[in-house]
Amino acid sequence: MPLWIYFAVFAALTAGTLLTWWVSTIDLGMLNTPIALFIATTKAVLVILFFMHVIHSPRLTWVVIIASFLWLGVLFVLTFADYLTRTWKIY
Amino acid sequence: MSSLTSNDARFVEPEGARNYITHDYGALSWLLTKDHKRIAILYLISITALFMLGGFFAVVMRIELLTPEGDLLTSDTYNKFFTLHGIVMIFFFLIPSIPAVLGNFLLPLMLGAKDLAFPKINLLSWYLYIIAAVMGLYIIITGGVDTGWTFYTPFSTQYSNTHVFGVTFAAFIVGFSSILTGLNFLVTIHRMRAPGLTWFRLPLFVWAMYATSIVQLLATPVLAITLVMLMFERVVHVGIFDPALGGDPLLFQHMFWFYSHPAVYIMILPAMGVASEVVAAFTRKKIFGYSFVAYSSLAIAFLGFLVWAHHMFVAGISVYSAMIFSFLSYFVAVPSAIKVFNWTATLYRGSVALLTPMLYILGFIGLFTIGGVTGLFLAAIGLDVHVTDTYFVVAHFHYIMVGGAVMAYMAGLHYWWPKITGRMYPEWWARLAALLIFAGFNLTFFPQFILGYLGMPRRYHAYAPEFQVLNVMSTAGASVLAVGYALPLCYLIWSLWYGRPAGPNPWGAVGLEWTTSSPPPMENFHETPVVTWDAYDYPAMLKAMGETQNV
Repeated sequence: MPLWIYFAVFAALTAGTLLTWWVSTIDLGMLNTPIALFIATTKAVLVILFFMHVIHSPRLTWVVIIASFLWLGVLFVLTFADYLTRTWKIY
Repeated sequence: MSSLTSNDARFVEPEGARNYITHDYGALSWLLTKDHKRIAILYLISITALFMLGGFFAVVMRIELLTPEGDLLTSDTYNKFFTLHGIVMIFFFLIPSIPAVLGNFLLPLMLGAKDLAFPKINLLSWYLYIIAAVMGLYIIITGGVDTGWTFYTPFSTQYSNTHVFGVTFAAFIVGFSSILTGLNFLVTIHRMRAPGLTWFRLPLFVWAMYATSIVQLLATPVLAITLVMLMFERVVHVGIFDPALGGDPLLFQHMFWFYSHPAVYIMILPAMGVASEVVAAFTRKKIFGYSFVAYSSLAIAFLGFLVWAHHMFVAGISVYSAMIFSFLSYFVAVPSAIKVFNWTATLYRGSVALLTPMLYILGFIGLFTIGGVTGLFLAAIGLDVHVTDTYFVVAHFHYIMVGGAVMAYMAGLHYWWPKITGRMYPEWWARLAALLIFAGFNLTFFPQFILGYLGMPRRYHAYAPEFQVLNVMSTAGASVLAVGYALPLCYLIWSLWYGRPAGPNPWGAVGLEWTTSSPPPMENFHETPVVTWDAYDYPAMLKAMGETQNV
């Protein structure tokens, strides 16, 4: 991978960090957390694709990474199945 | 490279040739070895020592429970004993037992490889295990820990004044040992299979190890993160689990069980792999429904991740999520039942040889079935509310972990002992031990189902007098069980010097591991084998040997 790509990704990550800080100074109400998570997720994807060389990796590596996130999704979705429904009153 | 038939033993060493045991001498040759077989032996010795320690805690607890009064241990000491029993047995014995001992030894042999993919990482995993075990022993000596093996918050973060930090750190480290083993196995199975050894020619033990490794790799990091958060909260009081700081104690339980329920499958999936090998070898038949058994391992590995909150039905989770987890928990029974039915179907009209490994596996199938069916009781929300935190739960998980995983470990140890050591164990004593373990186990744990259903809570050193008769039965069973476990320790050590030489294939079994010498040479095979037969091709082997078979 050409060296300039690493520097470009690094610049994007730095910009993302500054953006996170700047957004945190603005009150966006309900959107505060989703926007911060969106920026953080974008940064994580950049790290995985370029710094971890996944973009040029074989298909099996993609399967492993996607499966890992799927499993993380299982943890989140089923945990939130509890947290988001605790106020139900249909006992 | 050359092709060979399933019962060809052409890789057998000439008499007097060096094997992995005699290849090199001295303590350092063992402590710095990168050979998977020697690392397996290091694990075998380590986990046996830890099993005895965990067993010691169990024996003292059972003696305490002989009488309704708490007259041997104080309640605090009893709390520490059941905690240490759980931690030692789960993290330091059951999790590494079959994968780290039998898996390490056999996987490259079954795949026709010279070693695992990452031999140095394999040795590192053993050192991590030992570092964690030494930390654990230090903590036991200096006062122990009393949280239960589950480290539930807020007790572990705010109230317990025992060595919570140290023991969670030890569990954190031993988790990495497990991750490295799983990683090594996955890469080895993908990359180092012998020519011709396609996925559906793999022994089912390899499929089971593959599924186990996936669970180890995907679940254990969550335990590591959870324990780090626990340590952070305990030491620097960040608000993760403490409601006063904005945290939630149930978050700990969610994350802990996201690992610890699949951890049950880290223990039981390898046991199922051993069962498939032994059932095929001692019935002289192909495993009925091979691909179903293989896929069911993967299904168990996947579904095992979707059921964790059935440990939390009374903890305060929402009714909606409890219903979902109850529903999902029933699904795990399907692939588990597929395996049990297929082993049973394999036995049907097989030429069954009731030798020691088979005795253990027949015990395994029965006990695992009881453990599994009582697990369905606990997946039913209404019944679970009645028996949560009673001896019913204790009996249930011991039927899975001891009746299932330990019985299969003993089966595997006996089945492959001739391969590992080159010596036969004494069959009569081994059968006696297998029967004692089966009888002792049932006498220990079956009364606990009744005790739990009648309402005796777990984790107390004293109990109501009406429970004494069943508790005496349970303690008597534990004594038989202890004798049953002590016997193999004695005769297996005895067999190292006095056992009959085994030869390469004492069971007449098929599989690459039986085509090389016993003990195997350092490089496993002199030339890379080419596999041209399906797994468990006993009918072809018998035909080649000119024997008839009742099929």
